[in-house]
Amino acid sequence: MSYLPEGMPSPHPTLDDAPFWAACQEKRLVIRHCDHCAKFFHPPLPTCPHCGSNTLSWRAVSGRGSVYTYTIGHHAVHPALKGHPPYNIAIVLLDDAGDVRLISNVVDADPQEMHIGLPVEVCFEAAGDGTLLPRFRKLDESSPRTGATE
Amino acid sequence: MTFPIKAWPARLQPVIIGVGETEYRKRGGHNGQNELSLCVQAIHNAATDAGISPQEIEGYTSFGFERHEPAVVQAALAAPLLRYAAIVWGGGGGGCAGSVTLAASAVATGQARFAVAYRSICQGQHERYGQFRERPLWGSYVGPYGMMSPALMTSLTYRRFMHEHGTGPEHLAELATSFRANAQANPRAVMRKNLTRDDYFASRMIADPFRLYDCCLETDGAAAVIVTTREIAEKLGRPAVPILAAAQASGPRWTLGPMGSHNMPLDTYATINSADVAKVVFEQAGIMPADIQVAQLYDAFTGLVIMALQDYGLCEKGGAARLIESGALRTGGSLPVNTAGGLHSEAYLHGMNLIIEAVRQARGDATLQVPNVRHSLVTSGGGTGHKSALILGAA
Repeated sequence: MSYLPEGMPSPHPTLDDAPFWAACQEKRLVIRHCDHCAKFFHPPLPTCPHCGSNTLSWRAVSGRGSVYTYTIGHHAVHPALKGHPPYNIAIVLLDDAGDVRLISNVVDADPQEMHIGLPVEVCFEAAGDGTLLPRFRKLDESSPRTGATE
Repeated sequence: MTFPIKAWPARLQPVIIGVGETEYRKRGGHNGQNELSLCVQAIHNAATDAGISPQEIEGYTSFGFERHEPAVVQAALAAPLLRYAAIVWGGGGGGCAGSVTLAASAVATGQARFAVAYRSICQGQHERYGQFRERPLWGSYVGPYGMMSPALMTSLTYRRFMHEHGTGPEHLAELATSFRANAQANPRAVMRKNLTRDDYFASRMIADPFRLYDCCLETDGAAAVIVTTREIAEKLGRPAVPILAAAQASGPRWTLGPMGSHNMPLDTYATINSADVAKVVFEQAGIMPADIQVAQLYDAFTGLVIMALQDYGLCEKGGAARLIESGALRTGGSLPVNTAGGLHSEAYLHGMNLIIEAVRQARGDATLQVPNVRHSLVTSGGGTGHKSALILGAA
């Protein structure tokens, strides 16, 4: 059972981001890292948007972060969402990847629980075609945090 | 001062000489007429306003999502010669003022005597922008999570703005009711039904914090603006609105902003990426934000207007709430905004109707005319990639 219905679109990996999605299939989160300026960036590009270097690697990250902002979708903008209850979309700022954010959903948070700063941790859920997507679960607000962000 | 540079020869300075639109109708309201015919009708109306024949048009400009390419529009106008054709990159409204910038560049450099910037949209016959559409770039990070409409995408940046700058739902309501009140005076506006604060708060939530009445209309129609040089305009003896400033810009790492992966720099996340274009247009025009008497601020969603106030320096940082509460943006206030009803209540032409209203305010023939307009600002875009804007002088 996934947070959103099976008929939702699935990812289409490209030359730039196939390793990101391949890692997700192993329930690991990896983010593009520039080995020249030592900054993370997302989404994957052929060169670093901070310094322009093409000396890039993939770095595993903890999967912990916090809600930077969020919305609640009430309107069925896709046929698969017809009759679906309101759902959250969160911009998750990762704890240990510079200013990298992932667009995702907090799968166990009711709309009224959503707030900026909510700590979350990655989990993986199948899209309609079985591809594993990174989504997030809420963490206890008092749990120790892994790292600083920019 | 004027576009493109201070020292540009006065006779070659670009001016807007004509504006025109079709009747604006709700989505599907023009289903008996194809979109190209509406496009041509809008250009005919603009040419009539300019006092020229549409066959004299030599330059054609538009911006991302336009479906009718110049050589086809030229044929439909039976215009004998096309000498300039260009389109601004980017989807949605970010390039709207940019299309006028291209037209201005064409006439100022002698590449066309008359250039038209146009936009035609029939959501009744073509795609609906508020529904899920495949995104050609980074769609994998968006669609699977239910992030499928511009309302959802921009509600995220506006929520962060609320968090950082202390605005709330009351400010959205004030703008929605204010734009609707302006539309009520405008016979061209599609939505003229009275909208009260209670109506606003009773409307359904679309993308929290955006309610139905925070969202622009889905309409069908077309709009066009004709640009020429000061020298030609003087021979025609028509009111000519000088383009004092015209520019496109984007800050670092903005990419597609809220329409992309939301990885804009943290310090510009809760903006509409317009601080750079604002700086350029105020420098070009040689004026300060306080010198603007009337503004058309791109309002695909009310929240974008609030962020525009700050990006364009129309309020101090953190001052948007107080400015809106003061009533300054209403008709009769110190800075009336979206005086024809905007995309919110007049029509959704990706901003071309905002440019037309900015021209009318500069000419002095707007429906809700602001007195003594010397500088009329119009901005383009809120959620997409790079942005554009114009400052127009009095005709």
